[in-house]
Amino acid sequence: MNNYSRERFDVLVVGGGPAGIAAAVRAAETAARVGIVDEDVTTGGQIWRGGPSGGKHSSEASRWLEQLKKAGVIELCGKRVFHYPEAGILMAEGLNDIWELSYRNLVLATGARERFLPFPGWTLQNVMGAGGLQALVKSGLPIRGKRVVVAGSGPLLLAVASYLRKHGAEIPLICEQASWSQLARFATKLIRFPEKIRQGLQLRRDIAGIPLAASSWPVAAHGKGTLEAAIISRTGKSETVKCDYLACGFHLVPNSELPILLGCRTRNGYVQVNDFQQTTVDGVLCAGEPTGIGGVDLALVEGQIAGLAATGRTSEALALFSKRERFRRFARLLDETFCLCSELRTLPSGDTLICRCEDVPYSRLREHTSWRAAKLHTRCGMGPCQGRICGPATQFLFKWNPDSVRPPVFPARVAHLAAQPQSIPEVTGEIQ
Amino acid sequence: MPSEVTVRVNGVTVSVPAGATVAVAMVIAGQPCRTSVTGEVRGPLCGMGICFECRATVNGLPHSRTCQLLCEPDMEVKMDE
Repeated sequence: MNNYSRERFDVLVVGGGPAGIAAAVRAAETAARVGIVDEDVTTGGQIWRGGPSGGKHSSEASRWLEQLKKAGVIELCGKRVFHYPEAGILMAEGLNDIWELSYRNLVLATGARERFLPFPGWTLQNVMGAGGLQALVKSGLPIRGKRVVVAGSGPLLLAVASYLRKHGAEIPLICEQASWSQLARFATKLIRFPEKIRQGLQLRRDIAGIPLAASSWPVAAHGKGTLEAAIISRTGKSETVKCDYLACGFHLVPNSELPILLGCRTRNGYVQVNDFQQTTVDGVLCAGEPTGIGGVDLALVEGQIAGLAATGRTSEALALFSKRERFRRFARLLDETFCLCSELRTLPSGDTLICRCEDVPYSRLREHTSWRAAKLHTRCGMGPCQGRICGPATQFLFKWNPDSVRPPVFPARVAHLAAQPQSIPEVTGEIQ
Repeated sequence: MPSEVTVRVNGVTVSVPAGATVAVAMVIAGQPCRTSVTGEVRGPLCGMGICFECRATVNGLPHSRTCQLLCEPDMEVKMDE
């Protein structure tokens, strides 16, 4: 039997990105025991990812990460929450360890992932997410001298292109599926968000000289096993761009599986919260991307409000509402600007795999009328990722609505699944 | 702390910066992480532990998500079949 540990928290935070860190820091100001659990090797989330080439953190990131260290928050990294056996308890697993985490208040800050849209060749090696490739480079992948086409949608593309170029990559092209008129409208409206204008101008300087094409997207990736070239549709005309990597993500989708498993109600795919970031489940709060894709500024404010609300400090939380409202307006602007154009539905051909876990092609899916029927008949979405990649894709392609979420919320080792809290007579490693 | 770590990926010896993930070692080695159910070779996609494309056998433990695992000296990494 692997190591079994029990931990009890006044406030437990799931997710170690900006929203989770802000929630934990504020909660720890008054709560006795605050814990933060994250599946990655360190806290910081995707945006503040460290690693050998993570580079220097921004002053804001360093400040929050330092505060987290000083706050006396118990950090459980490399542990993934996989089960919710009963109210007030979550189960998490590491490589060789199981954790029974009980809590009085829970803050879900599970972040977002990239949306992937299938096109012929997208399963080739070195076709990756835009954020996905950036994560690998931060984690030590050498990129100097490599040609990288960055494609998809959303502000992340520019950030990734800028980061990769700083690390020596050659970026022949950035493809954004949104149109110039959408992007121009976005730029005009940015005027209401001074801090975003600063970030935007900095990004523009960083990517100066890289061609940016609007209304453009990859229609195919070519290569024998490994990528050799991307075929790009650039405002309707097709062109071949030789490249070592195709970094492609179509904006972000919330990681709402754990909130849904806990019974939190969602609206349009986002976790529903009240003014104090409380979900529809008693004692469970939610902050950051799962409540709406708004980026790091919104995540930090929502996280703080959740941390304060979880410790009963409503008047302090109230003081942050107007700031949050401004960043929420920015989130809505992102939604409007980077909504997907319908042409992207025509990208897959009959034999393009949509579900990469079970290798289910487009031709087998299009005969079905719902996600559930497709799952039952083709096993689409029933592999290890549990529909996290093909779910958002089929939602866009076929307008299917996702199903309920069933435990375990991530594949877990059988020994860990068997280790339910009730069935463990002895505690082997209580840490105080 | 040494600046590099050496691991073996599908029998290929590869040196990576200290603190690099196993997924990075597999991409540097030019080795696929797994074979899909219809026999396609696959490498990392999401880089953040969501897609399960980078799972491989690490020190005998199959289905390890290599993008969330750091390289350790003399690690033995094999493609998941």
